Amino acid sequence: MSLIIAENIQKDYKTGEVTVKALKGLSFEIAPASFVSFVGPSGSGKTTLLNLIGCLDKPSDGKLNVADTNVLHLDRKQSALFRGSNIGFIFQDFNLLPVLTVYENIEYPLLMVQSTPASERKKRVTALLEAVGMIDQKDKYPDQISGGQKQRVAVARALVTNPKLVLADEPTANLDHKTAYMVIDLMKKMRDEFKTTFIFSTHDQKIVGEVEIIYMLEDGELKGTEVKGGKRNG
Amino acid sequence: MGNLFKIAIRNLLRYKRRTLLTASLITVGVVFVLVFISISGSFKNMMIGQITDSMLGHLQVHRKGYVASIDNLPLNLNLKAGAIARLENILDKQPEIEAYSPRIKFGGMFSNFVETTNIRLVAVYPDREFRTVPLLPLRITSGGKTLNRGEILLPDLLAKGMKVKLGDAVVVVVTNQDGSVNGKQFKVAGIVEGITGPGGRDGYIHIEDAAEVLRMEQMEISEIAIRLKDFNRLNSFSQKLEGLLSKELNQQDKPIFELHTWEKLSPFFNIARMIDVMTFFIKLMLIAIVLISIMNVMIMAVYERIREIGTIAAIGTLPGKILNMFVIEGFCLGVVGAAIGNIVGIAVILIINMMKITFNFGQQKGLLLQANIYPMDILVISVTVIIVSVIASLQPAFKASRMEPIKALRHV
Repeated sequence: MSLIIAENIQKDYKTGEVTVKALKGLSFEIAPASFVSFVGPSGSGKTTLLNLIGCLDKPSDGKLNVADTNVLHLDRKQSALFRGSNIGFIFQDFNLLPVLTVYENIEYPLLMVQSTPASERKKRVTALLEAVGMIDQKDKYPDQISGGQKQRVAVARALVTNPKLVLADEPTANLDHKTAYMVIDLMKKMRDEFKTTFIFSTHDQKIVGEVEIIYMLEDGELKGTEVKGGKRNG
Repeated sequence: MGNLFKIAIRNLLRYKRRTLLTASLITVGVVFVLVFISISGSFKNMMIGQITDSMLGHLQVHRKGYVASIDNLPLNLNLKAGAIARLENILDKQPEIEAYSPRIKFGGMFSNFVETTNIRLVAVYPDREFRTVPLLPLRITSGGKTLNRGEILLPDLLAKGMKVKLGDAVVVVVTNQDGSVNGKQFKVAGIVEGITGPGGRDGYIHIEDAAEVLRMEQMEISEIAIRLKDFNRLNSFSQKLEGLLSKELNQQDKPIFELHTWEKLSPFFNIARMIDVMTFFIKLMLIAIVLISIMNVMIMAVYERIREIGTIAAIGTLPGKILNMFVIEGFCLGVVGAAIGNIVGIAVILIINMMKITFNFGQQKGLLLQANIYPMDILVISVTVIIVSVIASLQPAFKASRMEPIKALRHV
């Protein structure tokens, strides 16, 4: 059973009188616990596609099922609830809340989105702090830690709700080589441990080299799929 | 909810200078309002006290129709002996009444044997009058604090104008109800300080002297002034007494008496109302200050945190929670501004009282300004500030909660 089923999804944007076709009928399926990347040049539609999968936006046409839910029919509140329960986000700029400590940033989705009991919150946040190696930094604020550490915190925050899917838009773009690999290894470890599906939008070769399936996008079209191990489709 | 407060407070502390400026603005507004209310309220209460405690009393009962002609001091609208007895019978049974004083008010000619002028006189039983208007003895600036038969207390301006001193003999000539003229010689027993308001320039004589000079066969009175034990119960007691008096009918089945509170008898009531209106406008200004400053700071806060809003929305924070987050920030600013404003305002009021500031009101000199603020005023102002803060935060908070996460995340 696929975690994501996309059938002929299209996304159009209107810029004044001009309609821009950002996605032109994409179809694909992604299985649970996959480590997948959408790659392509700027403007190819990677971020647009991730936004659709993440229920931050809606396709203009087509069918999109995420975690057995037809996300096209979710209203604003239902989308928020769906994201809170099923999807974790990792952003290029980390997007940690500056007024919360490392611990509180990771705790935030449990506290403000899922209303998890305190004892359970503590257990899960502590486990993730240990998993991402930030337990000794838990009381620091985002401006007191490095970029790599921020992204590890962001990974922990994305995983704390045990989502089925984590979407990461250029997660290593602002990290140095060594830190980027550390974060990728961490995400792989998390995938192995929690069976979470990771979907990246990137053109960073470090990630591309590590993922198991690569979807190649160009001008809003799927130009090919590469499954590591020599299989090639499209 | 506690976590929303924690985040809100931390966000406020994040922009310390701006938060401090906004809170200071609210504080200054609250301080101004508290000080204005306390000073104007104190002025108002003092003047009401002066007027009621030194001449009017809290309430007055007249014969029906008297007040409409009160400027003429009509003797033909006096209460007769029977009506006085019925009225006193009612008043004696009211536990709310501290004291009451029957009065005859009339006009006449005053002569020092050299010059003659007009005079308005109030004839009273001195002991009952002094209990009903306890500040009256304090107005007697020279002479004893008593009034015996054959004596007159003269208003100071008249005494000065007519060059009359204590112990001098003077003559009062009056026209009685029948139109005949009568006169009586009095000894000046005291000079009464004039005050602003009706009756503030009247002279006083003993009521039995008045009955004699007016050639009354039976005692008649113009009015009964009433003093209550608790001034704050004026309205409720007034309604009660009104009900009791309305049952007292004459032979034509018409009410005998009419009852008026000081408010209906003194033009100062309009000044008191104006003070209330000014206070209302000052409060409106405070509301405007709070509304604009909080709205401004919250609009800025939303604008500066668009990406954060996008992040928390993407994570799954419900729009209602995002709205609450910003509303609570405004609420906290209002609470802090109101709390500091109250503390500073009370301190300023205490300092004003310690400075013992005096002022003049009409002929009254050296009135001590005693600024008072009531807990209810503090409560009303605080609640107003907080409610306005919340209202001012609503629009920016609503905007934040309705923000599309995808657009917010793209914001640079």
